[in-house]
Amino acid sequence: MRILVNGVWRDTGACDVGSVLQEMGLNEAPVATALNGEFVPVAARPGARLAEGDRLEVLAPMQGG
Amino acid sequence: MLELYGIELRSHLLLGTSRYPSPVALTEAVRASRAEVVTVSLRRESSGERAGQGFWSIIRGLQEVRVLPNTAACHSVKEAVTTAHMAREVFGTSWVKLEVIGEDDTLQPDVFGLVEAARVLVADGFQVFPYTTEDLVVADRLLAAGCKVLMPWGAPIGSGRGLNNLFGLKALRAHFPDVPLIVDAGLGVPSHAAQAMELGFDAVLINTAVAEAADPPRMAQAFAQAVEAGRAGRLAGPMEPRDMAVPSTPVIGKAFLG
Repeated sequence: MRILVNGVWRDTGACDVGSVLQEMGLNEAPVATALNGEFVPVAARPGARLAEGDRLEVLAPMQGG
Repeated sequence: MLELYGIELRSHLLLGTSRYPSPVALTEAVRASRAEVVTVSLRRESSGERAGQGFWSIIRGLQEVRVLPNTAACHSVKEAVTTAHMAREVFGTSWVKLEVIGEDDTLQPDVFGLVEAARVLVADGFQVFPYTTEDLVVADRLLAAGCKVLMPWGAPIGSGRGLNNLFGLKALRAHFPDVPLIVDAGLGVPSHAAQAMELGFDAVLINTAVAEAADPPRMAQAFAQAVEAGRAGRLAGPMEPRDMAVPSTPVIGKAFLG
């Protein structure tokens, strides 16, 4: 299945948000996720099912003013 | 002391963490500023670079500094609210500096969206620091929405132009004497910060003026001194300006030598 992760197409065998993060090696990282514009808390990641063409945002701490 | 949502702070200077020439310059500037609150943000993380993790470890290494996550670059209520929720999870704080940008040239807040987003976030348990203009009616709406702190702009973000609307800022201070008011954005040199404090503002938030100085730690220290001087001047009760000269040396007893 192909999904957009942070604006880049990605082929993935994962079927939920938690598994994609594991695939990316970010499951333990300090990141927050949003699927199709909706916040997905850590506890909800395993249950957040993915579908073809979904948009996943994976955000991390960054400099800010 | 500065009290923000029940948290007492010694420093009246908040510092942004963006645009520094290096991580070392950032950490040294934070130390030199004696800031106890730094603003942070969220951006896309790649599995390769992991820049976010590196930055977060730098911030966590700062002693006695709490973070104020922002919703920078959000242009809609939904974007800002979602970003705030993501920030609360990552940074572990209910504080959020709420930005809803309405215009790209000036980065002026969309005050209509700001009030709406503030209402949603307060209901969701956030402690909101809204980045706003000096507009009194908007300020009133933000307070009614549940904000306990306001962050009026001095000038457009990153412009370094100082306090653009002195009359408006004075009116804001006079209308809300008991609300913590933090001048955010647009300050360029330490005297701008001193001026804001002399007007009675509770604190200032500085980023670009420090980060883009030739010597960021030294500029951070200069801003810290200016904030303290301005606040001390305000507390000392400044004299009223006059239109005509008044001799400072007593005239009585002056010799007649003409």
